[in-house]
Amino acid sequence: MNVTVIKPGLLSSLQDVGRPGHAALGVGRAGAMDPPAWQLANALVGNTRGEAAIECTLTGPSLRFEQATVIALTGATITARVGEHSVPMWTTCHLPAGSVLHLGGMASGCRSYLAVRGGFDVPAVLGSRSSDLHARIGYAHGRPLCAGDVLPVGAAARLPGLPAANDVQPLDWSLDPQPWFDFAQRPLALLRGSHWSQLDAASQQRLLGGRFILSKDSNRTASRLDGPTLQLQAPLELISEAALPGTLQLPPSGQPIALLAEAPVTGGYPRIGQVAAVDQPRLAQLRPGDTVCFRETTLDEALARLTARQQRLTRLLATIAQRLEQA
Amino acid sequence: MPPTIQFEALAEDALLLRFGERIDIELNARVQAATDCLRQRLPQLECVPAYASVLLRFDPQHWSGGDPHRQVQAAACAALEEPNPATIAPRDLVIPVCYGGEYGPDLAEVAALCRLDAQAVIARHTAADYHVAMLGFAPGFPYLLGLDPQLTAPRRTDPRQRVPAGSVAIGGSQTGIYPEALPGGWQLIGRTPLRLFDITADTPSLFAPGDRVRFQAIDEDRFRDLAATNPA
Repeated sequence: MNVTVIKPGLLSSLQDVGRPGHAALGVGRAGAMDPPAWQLANALVGNTRGEAAIECTLTGPSLRFEQATVIALTGATITARVGEHSVPMWTTCHLPAGSVLHLGGMASGCRSYLAVRGGFDVPAVLGSRSSDLHARIGYAHGRPLCAGDVLPVGAAARLPGLPAANDVQPLDWSLDPQPWFDFAQRPLALLRGSHWSQLDAASQQRLLGGRFILSKDSNRTASRLDGPTLQLQAPLELISEAALPGTLQLPPSGQPIALLAEAPVTGGYPRIGQVAAVDQPRLAQLRPGDTVCFRETTLDEALARLTARQQRLTRLLATIAQRLEQA
Repeated sequence: MPPTIQFEALAEDALLLRFGERIDIELNARVQAATDCLRQRLPQLECVPAYASVLLRFDPQHWSGGDPHRQVQAAACAALEEPNPATIAPRDLVIPVCYGGEYGPDLAEVAALCRLDAQAVIARHTAADYHVAMLGFAPGFPYLLGLDPQLTAPRRTDPRQRVPAGSVAIGGSQTGIYPEALPGGWQLIGRTPLRLFDITADTPSLFAPGDRVRFQAIDEDRFRDLAATNPA
């Protein structure tokens, strides 16, 4: 079974959990920008082994499915239709053979995930099928999807919980997207970075009290935040150390840069903050032009929120699996 | 008892061990020894060495039952305080380089900046012993310590959009090699025909932190022969 890309959309790529464990070779983890949304899309089609899904950015692709299949859409609110049928999000949907799925624009958010039953089965590179667009690793040397790409889909048994159908047929239940796609513009929780104390007092206040705008210069590697200029008390000459997704760097321009999934593994700019892991999916869902605000958090609070979300996600994944197995 | 190490929690799943704040061969040797030791004794951690620090990444869920950073720090301290395990002998790599001409378009400029002639730059660059301090910037890019101080040359004011793969370059007091065609601001003095990074290989990176490296000057004919046997 294959899926053919008819139109690629603005920036579509295959993503999974990425490549942990290779940073010492200069290869970053990368992977899905909004991991819970990616994981839920897979769960809704009964994929349990971290299969690759398509990550769409702002405008989705058009895809032809050779054979009948089962798909799910999560993440940013995206228009989706097959012929006259609109395809609902956050549920499991049967598509008949020959379906052309048109994914359009996003009403809110920046990244949607399309999972297909069996997963996109391109060759794994260093244990992952994800495309690292910055390092150019993965399917087709890590480039975004192009018109004409033919993506193989892995074999998978029929889901008992889904009735056989000759037409577009979603399940009669869906997930509440609210906890997983939270587009209310609440502040992002920020841990103090290594060089927080070297910011001058006014800049510390501006970082936590100011409003920033996500710049057009944003990609899977980093987002620049335009807004109040931040300054160090004195220039810092730093040697390169490890860099991480979620790190807020301060280059000499005074406009902070938030590192994202494809962050380089080392960096030499001062690190003024670290976005709490639990809020990084919300950062990834911001669009250019969106407002970004921060509030200070502690490591204890950040860990507690991360653990709570992980537990909630684990319970939900189990519930989804159970319902899909019930004939 | 090892000299003091600073510990810093960088993120929920990340702890930095800082040995110092300078680019220095002895400091980096401590980083490499600590990395070897931690990898052997705490294989559940991902260790990412840099010039003077090691990043540890861990799964906070596996260190539950209290502050995970404190537990990882205690485990790392205990691991580093035991006598050193059998140290891994550094590998010695000889890298053939065709200097100057189209392979090293900035050789003449570097020579002028260093008040040397081109042959003297090549002689000094091939005479030194280098250490791979860390990989970064791009997959397989080695940051090498050991550059002759006389060859220190500032980065270019107009960075190139595309530096050819294999370019051997000087940036400040460091030297490195571009594994792929990449944008870059270092001065290009030569090029190696070796392939530095092959994602499909069992060991994708030619270099690993801690390797010892020497450069060997080759002519254009030899470059072409070697390039033919190392297809990119």
